[in-house]
Amino acid sequence: MSPGDVEATRRPSEDRPPFRSYYGRPVIKEPTWKVPDVPAYLYLGGTAGSSAVMAAVAGVRGQTRLRRVGRLCAAGGSAASVLALVHDLGRPARFLNMLRVFKPTSPLSVGSWILAPFSAVTTAVAASEVTGIAPFLARPASVVGAVLGTGMTTYTAVLLADTAVPGWHEVHRELPFVFASSAVLGAGALATALTPREQSLPARRMTVLGAVGELVSGSLMERRAGRISEAYRTGRAGNVLRAARALAVVAAGAALRAGRGGTAAWLAGVCGTAASAATRYGVFEAGRTTARDPYYTVVPQRERARRDEDSPDHRSEG
Amino acid sequence: MSDDALNRLSGPLADPSREAGYPAQHPPRVGFFTDTSVCIGCKACEVACKEWNLLPEDGLELTGMSYDNTGGLGASTWRHVAFVEQRIDPASRARVDLGMPGMGGSTVPEAEESGELRWLMSSDVCKHCTHAACLDVCPTGALFRSEHGTVVVQDEVCNGCGYCVPACPYGVIDVRPSDGGAFKCTLCQDRLGEGLAPACATACPTESIQYGPLEELRQRAQHRLEQLHEQGISEARLYGHEPDDGVGGDGAFFLLLDEPEVYGLPPDPVVTTRDLPTMALCAAGAAVAAAAAVVGCFWGGGR
Repeated sequence: MSPGDVEATRRPSEDRPPFRSYYGRPVIKEPTWKVPDVPAYLYLGGTAGSSAVMAAVAGVRGQTRLRRVGRLCAAGGSAASVLALVHDLGRPARFLNMLRVFKPTSPLSVGSWILAPFSAVTTAVAASEVTGIAPFLARPASVVGAVLGTGMTTYTAVLLADTAVPGWHEVHRELPFVFASSAVLGAGALATALTPREQSLPARRMTVLGAVGELVSGSLMERRAGRISEAYRTGRAGNVLRAARALAVVAAGAALRAGRGGTAAWLAGVCGTAASAATRYGVFEAGRTTARDPYYTVVPQRERARRDEDSPDHRSEG
Repeated sequence: MSDDALNRLSGPLADPSREAGYPAQHPPRVGFFTDTSVCIGCKACEVACKEWNLLPEDGLELTGMSYDNTGGLGASTWRHVAFVEQRIDPASRARVDLGMPGMGGSTVPEAEESGELRWLMSSDVCKHCTHAACLDVCPTGALFRSEHGTVVVQDEVCNGCGYCVPACPYGVIDVRPSDGGAFKCTLCQDRLGEGLAPACATACPTESIQYGPLEELRQRAQHRLEQLHEQGISEARLYGHEPDDGVGGDGAFFLLLDEPEVYGLPPDPVVTTRDLPTMALCAAGAAVAAAAAVVGCFWGGGR
């Protein structure tokens, strides 16, 4: 076995076919995105988006305490999300270059064009909520925030999936549903903890629904990921995602009891927030693992190429 | 959807510069044909590239794995010469297990070695894809398609978001830590404008790196492949030359003597944005479902 050629049995516990690589070096580049900046950006953006939707509906239904919490969480979350994104840039002073063009082929461009107006609108709405100035403008603005907030919940899933990273790209159909569930869970959990019991029923339901959604879409994603699922099951990403699932179960259980006691509401809030954030970080980490290890690039591509050759319209010899 | 609309994301595309908006009389698409069968591993291309493009030093460590102490392409390494040591059976051209002492901890004594020792050397470079994922995902417009059909980063615009880094299916482009911006091969954009060949191709002593109009290079490569097959080098194959591959064909393609992954190249790269319509659809569906779920949570009482 020549050292530069074959690299087959680094993790004998997993069922890996032998494959060849260049000294075991990665084929693609690992993302340069930093921790905690980018996982925080993913979590905060999603939670803020779902909070904005919740705030708008609460506003229409006249649930003022829930509306207030939703508006403040949307503004705080989006502002923090922007900060995390800017902090992650290699050249933060040029952040505004994001808004220099609008490129539909770039999820980060589309996302910036959602995030920038979203954070502006939600900040204005929150300012109105706190100061009481121009409430007649806050309500339509809140609806605009809810529409943009809907986009906030899933654009980051496309942002990750639209890369050559096998752990993200191979699950590009399922990842938006995981992120959407995580956003509903995050917003529901925060509002469950921060809203008085008599107005928090929708938030408690969101916590339960988000947790169930995360568990269902997460397991569906792992099932459809094929070989890539190894990265979601093992190592640090596997541990973080298992913790996220456990926390989601606790959060849902606590939310079901939160109508009676304040402790349960806080437990739901803390565990739901942690579950939502851990899910984002786990997905992020699983992707990084698949970028580092040539196995995840070479073997699935080989298998795909073999399938293409078996099909009748295969390409000429290359 | 028409074929033309699909072409913007994937599939064969005759003229990427025209598609990017250049007038019909733009210069022909140029690229590299790297014939690794004549590469001698001298690394003149790496040095010429560093010198011409004023690339900073980015590590002087020894990798300990081979004569390759560069490791791979990066923000300050735009040409990289790979070294692979193999033993093959001259009759069957099949690989023979090679008992190399050293890193792998293999215990096969040298006396048992059989077959013919060979070195595979290959100068890797940015592929200047027909459908370039780095360019597609760049949110600032810093990455652009040049009039020569190449893909270039505009350093004054790049804000270092790093999206291009994981988007590249070949692991070419990277962010330079000292500077924060993304960098990669420009195919010597500044030389092309003056009618000069890129520095690496000019420095290559064996014409392993050939520069020219892509159409001409593809013909030349086909000819060279036939020649090698006639000589019995049955393992010779072209890589990245087909306009109907996952990236619409590479502007820089290769003649290899083994599987691409042995050289650190992906066996079947696909431009990630090919699936962007599906991703957008799934994301829109999930977002609407999440919003509907939130609205549904207000059903009934809830006060």
